[in-house]
Amino acid sequence: MEPMEPSSQEEKAVRAEPESVRVAKHSRRTFLFKLSLLANGAVGAVLAVPILGYLLGPAMKKGSSYNSWIALGPVSDFPEGETRLVNYRNPVTTEWDGETGDVPCWVRRVSGNAFQVFAINCAHLGCPVRWFAQSQLFMCPCHGGAYYADGTRASGPPERGLFEYDHKVIEGKLMISAGKMPTLANQARVEEPLTQITGTGSSERLAALKKPKPRCGSCQG
Amino acid sequence: MPGLRQIGMELYDWFEQRLGLGKPFVEVAEHEVPENTSSWWYVFGSAATVLFGLQVVTGILLALVYTPSASHAWNSLQFLDHNVKLGWFLRAMHGWGSDFMVAVVLVHMAQVFLFGAYKFPRELTWIIGVILLLMTLGMAFTGQVLRFDQDAYWGLGIGASILSRVPWMGGWLVDMMLGGPIIAGPTLTRFFALHVFVIPGILLVMVGLHLWMVLRLGINDWPMPGRVVRKSTYVREYNELTKKTGIAFIPDAAWKDAIFAAAIMLSVIACALLFGPFGPSGQPDPTIIQTAPKPDFAFLWIYAVLAYLPPSLETPFLFIAPTLAIGAMLLLPLVAGEGEKHWSRRPTAVLMLAVIAVTLGIFTRLGTYTPWSPIMDAWTSDAIPVAYLRGRTPLERQGAIVFQDKQCRNCHSIGGAGGLRGPALDAIAARMTEDQMIRQVLQGGGNMPAYGNALSPSETTALVHFLSTLRGNDLSPAVDASRHMVLSSETPQAPPKER
Repeated sequence: MEPMEPSSQEEKAVRAEPESVRVAKHSRRTFLFKLSLLANGAVGAVLAVPILGYLLGPAMKKGSSYNSWIALGPVSDFPEGETRLVNYRNPVTTEWDGETGDVPCWVRRVSGNAFQVFAINCAHLGCPVRWFAQSQLFMCPCHGGAYYADGTRASGPPERGLFEYDHKVIEGKLMISAGKMPTLANQARVEEPLTQITGTGSSERLAALKKPKPRCGSCQG
Repeated sequence: MPGLRQIGMELYDWFEQRLGLGKPFVEVAEHEVPENTSSWWYVFGSAATVLFGLQVVTGILLALVYTPSASHAWNSLQFLDHNVKLGWFLRAMHGWGSDFMVAVVLVHMAQVFLFGAYKFPRELTWIIGVILLLMTLGMAFTGQVLRFDQDAYWGLGIGASILSRVPWMGGWLVDMMLGGPIIAGPTLTRFFALHVFVIPGILLVMVGLHLWMVLRLGINDWPMPGRVVRKSTYVREYNELTKKTGIAFIPDAAWKDAIFAAAIMLSVIACALLFGPFGPSGQPDPTIIQTAPKPDFAFLWIYAVLAYLPPSLETPFLFIAPTLAIGAMLLLPLVAGEGEKHWSRRPTAVLMLAVIAVTLGIFTRLGTYTPWSPIMDAWTSDAIPVAYLRGRTPLERQGAIVFQDKQCRNCHSIGGAGGLRGPALDAIAARMTEDQMIRQVLQGGGNMPAYGNALSPSETTALVHFLSTLRGNDLSPAVDASRHMVLSSETPQAPPKER
């Protein structure tokens, strides 16, 4: 009992056509099918543009475009010679990021306006390094990387020192340029365009700031 | 009741006429397999499939409550654990099911490797099996991320840091993985999509193909020494074997699979009941840095390998080794598609399997107690043993305080407590002289940072005096032979002249 098979009468009706007509029909249908494949290919290609654009969107943005200047607090918050943990809200967040949008960093005030601001992420594999004031070391809990007070590599698997944020002091406030998680591919590197600074005499202050570049023992290049 | 039976048969016929699936299904179930394939060694594949089914069902049930939002995921897990009736049990089943699935897939793989099942004509079955292994590991990793706790957060950081080391396209890959500049909401949602849609979809298709090929090509016959696989004769030989010794797969061969699957499921249930769900550990709040992140069991060995690689080798190793390993697994059946199947005739294969298993085992074991990590609170939590302070001078006792205060303890153990990063110091004075200790402390070396900037001269003196008293079980102190010569008043005698 195979009800889906065509009945013999139907088959006969199809076979009633002359051979030449059937061949012509077949060739026409084959051509139309190929044409439909072509049309679908074209539609697929058009469709691929927005899909790939959407998918690759996060990777197409220039790294520095995430960065902006954030105030970490008045300079007086940071006693000279000490290294302190400071949290800031990442400048680029979504409403549903919750606490993941809060990022910690280590601020070391060497003296006066000379600061070093280190990323929390170990240069090895990104785990959170901890500062030990007594032994003057940053230690990483994951694979035992250690760094000296100035962020240079002390021992363990990291191949370089801690990542440093670009920073400056504006009107007695310590500012850092942050926004992107630092990794070996995207170090918290000095970014040039300082367009967000407003107010009178900002350009002069910026020019003055550029001169005493903080010591950066770990920066590459 | 013949009436009821009659109705049942009619119902079946009604569906069968339209679906037509009953007949082929019965044929598949009753197809003949060589008698020697009915073995307790051949039960792991079906157990992995059953576990996959368990994961799909428990996964869907968890998705009824779980909220894939960075600000709510952790709380929704707490809610599942404490507020939803039996939510904790479902989480535990899904978590333990995942560990069991990884384990069973690995055992299955080792078994088919040892039995030469990847040889002709089952090469593609093996290759798809390799993809299934990778997808299973992918499920384990993405699942760990969905737990969105501290370990998940920093695990993502480790993943991003590894990707960032890829030459040229590292930054691009990190952006693709995180979905934004930092680990946050978009990161969780893409791992959710991977864990719930993409990878399970691939798994379903691949499991289907894998099973289809097992049915089409037959279950690998029990290997015998000397029974060599040749492409020209194998299929005929296999068919003859099936004809001669064939038994119906269901029920004659499959009862062992069914019993083992039941045992595995019972084990998952038992573990879930006894040990409960995994985590979640602390909140995914990066500002809480008092944490020692660790991956789940299946990835501990990678975590350990990453601790032991020298910095200069790390990036090349990270990318060359997996490429070679996966490439070798994929190419294996194409290179060794013929020949002996029995393990006694394949010593290299047995040796390889043993070496790989022992290596993975050792690194996993090391990963469970991470001897390379400093113990961050050892300096405040582990006291100096009283015996090491008895009869010591005030200077030496002061040194013990320096030892404690400068966090030496985080990496060095004494009296069996403290970090394992550096050597235990209970007998340090029997190995190093005072001068050597001063040099090592101030300048560092090996894996030890230099403490020259962190210690005052008086602290260094006190510390080294304390360390000089640590001679284990009264071992004799280390001596510097040359120094002894300098200090002694005698001038060395000139060698006697030869006559």
